[in-house]
Amino acid sequence: MRELTYVEAIREALNQAMAADPRVFLIGEDVGVYGGAFGASAGLHQQYGAGRVVDTPISEAGIAGACVGAALTGMRPVGEIQFMDFITISMEQLVLQAAKIRYMFGGKATVPMVLRTPGGSGTGAAAQHSESLENWFVHIPGLKVVMPSTPYDAKGLLLSAIDDDNPVIFVEHKLLYKTKGPVPEEPYRIPLTQTDVKRVGQHLTVVATSMMVPRALQAAEQLAAEGIELEVVDPRTLSPLDDAPIIRSVIKTGRLMVVHEAHRNGGFGGEIVGRVAESEAFDYLEAPIKRLCGLDVPIPYNRTLEAAAVPQVADIVREAKALVK
Amino acid sequence: MATRSKVSASANGQPRASKKPARADLIPTEWGEAGAIERLRKMMLIRAFEEKAEELFSLGRVHGTMHLSIGQEASAVGAASALRVGDYLLNTHRGHGHCLAWFGSDEKLMMAEFMGKESGYCRGRGGSMHIANVDANNLGANGIVAGGLPISVGVGLSIKQRATDQVCLSVFGDGGANTGAFHESVNMASIWQLPVIYLCENNQYAMSMPMKKAFNIPQVSDRAKGYGIPGVTVDGNDIVAVYRVFQDAVARARAGQGPTLIEALTYRWRGHSKSDKQAYRTRDEVKEWQAQDPIRRFGRVLKLSDAEFDGHRVWADQRINEAVAFSEASAEPKIDQILEGIFA
Repeated sequence: MRELTYVEAIREALNQAMAADPRVFLIGEDVGVYGGAFGASAGLHQQYGAGRVVDTPISEAGIAGACVGAALTGMRPVGEIQFMDFITISMEQLVLQAAKIRYMFGGKATVPMVLRTPGGSGTGAAAQHSESLENWFVHIPGLKVVMPSTPYDAKGLLLSAIDDDNPVIFVEHKLLYKTKGPVPEEPYRIPLTQTDVKRVGQHLTVVATSMMVPRALQAAEQLAAEGIELEVVDPRTLSPLDDAPIIRSVIKTGRLMVVHEAHRNGGFGGEIVGRVAESEAFDYLEAPIKRLCGLDVPIPYNRTLEAAAVPQVADIVREAKALVK
Repeated sequence: MATRSKVSASANGQPRASKKPARADLIPTEWGEAGAIERLRKMMLIRAFEEKAEELFSLGRVHGTMHLSIGQEASAVGAASALRVGDYLLNTHRGHGHCLAWFGSDEKLMMAEFMGKESGYCRGRGGSMHIANVDANNLGANGIVAGGLPISVGVGLSIKQRATDQVCLSVFGDGGANTGAFHESVNMASIWQLPVIYLCENNQYAMSMPMKKAFNIPQVSDRAKGYGIPGVTVDGNDIVAVYRVFQDAVARARAGQGPTLIEALTYRWRGHSKSDKQAYRTRDEVKEWQAQDPIRRFGRVLKLSDAEFDGHRVWADQRINEAVAFSEASAEPKIDQILEGIFA
């Protein structure tokens, strides 16, 4: 199959959604002629014009609010927040408006919007351009949170997110943008809330998100040579979460490690662990559960410190061995 | 170019009419006698609704809190008078008046929502601060000060992309004008020339913070110049004056000439919410503004006798009593449906 990079897959999804539905438009900082800070909308301004690829001032609350208002009145906006860190400026509109409007209005309004944003560290951009804030949104009823880890998933999940009648926070990763993988040319949809088993194994369930999925798969390759088989499970949609495949996997392997880049304290890993602990899988556990997460520290600038702040392949290998031994 | 106000704030914040037009100028001919009475009654309906809301609260028959717009009715009815079915409304926490003044509004469904009933506009999930009537493009009151302002950018963009001549009325208060959301919203609407009318109901206080202490400019509308849009300050207790400035703004918006900032000078007769002891203002000040009662003023314009005036108020009270009876007979929401309506 043809291969695309993750960012090309996102661009193709945006292009196909815009071509198919005049209600879909893009809005964000530098999404136009510039093509988006990471190139996700490159060329779309030329193709669709400034009316459908809307460059905004530095106004993250305004971008989020513009998505809410347009979505409420018949459009299907796709906003971009240039770095996930900046979504902090949009929080009021996302948490208090987008997420709650349908419920507060008795189920009589729909807010079909997508807000794309790249999270994650590894670019040397330090503490204010490296956040992984996905769990803030997981905590809010009324928001869906999607976090693809491959080009294939990125395209299929983005098309589903744009189709969805609810507000979706679509979290990309800066280090994944240049990764390559097979992507069908035609439009296709991957349902939201569908956990994916990325690698089958019998010794340890590794639930990983975003950039941690390829790292977990690399670790699995290394460990396979030593006879340890990891089962790598990618939730893809963090909320609402399809937890059944995770629980089934833990029942099979008897061991669980959760790997994410976000800080451990209050992170998504706690939710996974909680769901497993509350499930029938609890009786099958043969070892303590492990959370391998970003350290509880602002992402440091220094290259060595930055790498040490989030899980690397070697960390996954080491912790997996400790759990399986 | 920014148009200057016909009315300016005096040193004590009181509205001061610069001229007194003759009666022939006061009632718009397009309203006619019947239309004028209808608007008087609408203001009375708002007043009656809120006085009843207050009574129900003090009797312990509703819980929570409420933000009453008693004294501000002319702003809501005057604004809606210049709009039409299909236009959009983004409303505030002090929004009962705008909701009742909006097209197709039903005080029964509003009261039922206020009383938390399943038959209410929002099935009792929203309450006073979140009443919406989405079918009528009333996109809701908002519990967050200036929370509707960024949303109105999206509504304006949507209108522009769909190429209709709808307009969006975006209401906020003097408090809201000091948020970052105000700046982002008005700037975006201006650069894209969106059909949004920003109505700042300057009722002199952001909770306890007086307008004079929260702004270092005499009028909120002065800010319009900084965004390159027209700004006008109007006597918000004069329904006809509000209507007139809205007519201009609506005409510009429908013609694709962009947003307008309208500041309606008015006064909140009651406290900010039910917990307010009003230590920040004097009784005399409240009385001075009560002499500017927008409903009595319009009654005088219409040259109604006391009996005629009171008769209309009896009509309004009757409607509200029926709304309360409807609401009390309505079912409570069911607990087993608590999770409905989170996702579409």
